[in-house]
Amino acid sequence: MTATQANTGQHRQPVHPGTPPAHPVLRFWRSAVGKKWIMAVTGIMLLGFVFAHMVGNLKIYLGAGPLNTYAEWLRNLGEPALPRTVLLWIMRIGLIGAFFLHIVSAAQLTRMNQRARPSKYQSPRDYAAASFASRTMRWTGVIVGLYLIFHLMDLTWGNANPRYVRGDTYENVIHSFKRVPVAIVYILANIALAIHIFHGAWSMFQSLGLNNPKWNRARRTFAMGFATLIGVVNISFPLMVVTGVVK
Amino acid sequence: MDLTLRVWRQAGPDSPGRFETYAMPGVSEDMSFLELFDVLNEQLLADNEEPVAFDHDCREGICGSCAMMIDGRAHGPEKGTATCQLHLRKLKNGSVITVEPWRSAGFPIIKDLAVDRSAFDRIVESGGFITAPTGAARDANEILVPKEASDAAMDAAACIGCGACVAACPNSAAQLFTAAKYSHLSLLPQGQPERYTRVVAMVEEMEKYFGSCTNHGECEQACPKEISIDFIAMLNRDFVKAQFKNTRLSGQRA
Repeated sequence: MTATQANTGQHRQPVHPGTPPAHPVLRFWRSAVGKKWIMAVTGIMLLGFVFAHMVGNLKIYLGAGPLNTYAEWLRNLGEPALPRTVLLWIMRIGLIGAFFLHIVSAAQLTRMNQRARPSKYQSPRDYAAASFASRTMRWTGVIVGLYLIFHLMDLTWGNANPRYVRGDTYENVIHSFKRVPVAIVYILANIALAIHIFHGAWSMFQSLGLNNPKWNRARRTFAMGFATLIGVVNISFPLMVVTGVVK
Repeated sequence: MDLTLRVWRQAGPDSPGRFETYAMPGVSEDMSFLELFDVLNEQLLADNEEPVAFDHDCREGICGSCAMMIDGRAHGPEKGTATCQLHLRKLKNGSVITVEPWRSAGFPIIKDLAVDRSAFDRIVESGGFITAPTGAARDANEILVPKEASDAAMDAAACIGCGACVAACPNSAAQLFTAAKYSHLSLLPQGQPERYTRVVAMVEEMEKYFGSCTNHGECEQACPKEISIDFIAMLNRDFVKAQFKNTRLSGQRA
């Protein structure tokens, strides 16, 4: 009898204990591959939001009128088929749901991965492929999550912005970003967001199983381009205000 | 050449482990890394000490027995090379080399550098097979397989089950192993009848012991057979498709 046979399974700690439930949705949700698919789908929704948000905010460079008109247009979306703000709220609820599923999946997979290596390597690792972005996903994710709460308090609810006036989007943004510490928070958080997107926007293709050797290079290009675009444009807003270019 | 080895010594599965340092002066640069351990073990036996336990068999890179974490890399610094095929000339003269076992909940340590990789057997047992009727062998070209597809299946079949993918993965995931064992069957016509039951069974068995894939890509770099993470995407894709597939219709063509 070999040593391997003698020890089969005896000292193995279950990483994912229990048996899969019968309902197909619960069974899919229980699986790590299923959760990564959900993270990819919700990630696409969040990327879509981040992109649209960035495009809308570019109107700050056209002045107070166009930005405030755009903000009012968002509230009127869907009229007259739907009452005012209804479509906006449907989109918000979709986004909240996407954030919730993305974060819960990430937290559960992180715990599973910690259980999967209960005793760490005792000597330093020499990574050959894992990038700074891929290894810091959970930290850039936490930073973006905390920043999001601050961002809502600053420019949606107004409780982190002493000169907040409901409906006056342009002045709210200017007053907020004129504060140097706030501008720095916005810039750092958007660097974290760009790093998070750089790995996520590539990783989602793998999680969804979208892989074709003819197009695989384009996946990296897309992730790099998307992350750079979001990062550069979003950082430009606080930078232009704090330096007094946009007043 | 002169080397110094820092080797993880652990008397048994539940014993505490520690690094032991061994000076290895005047070793030949034409030795393989395993032969370096043979020399070390002969010294240890001559000194009446316990030799280092490590797995090895064919020593030509095709059995998947050898498994050492060498200076933070699974199978050491040489790409596409198992520990047994790593020659000392690829290392720097005078360097200190740290050697650890694979570390994973799915691979408990038996002793020193030897780990129990039977969790891989459980994954293959769950679905890494086809059910073929017995009888006379069919004509070689009766089932047409596109060249690209058979090449891809062969690339996946190159997996030797060494576990370097798990060892290298920051999440201790076995996605590359499972994807390889899944794909080499599911890319071919003979693997189609059980394709969707296979993918669910193998993924669920894998997740009992290993972490989840977050697409770092470390496994592909560590794999001595250089198996591509493209196969992981295929596994993920088929796992999702399996959720929606009505397998009672799977006998229908197009």
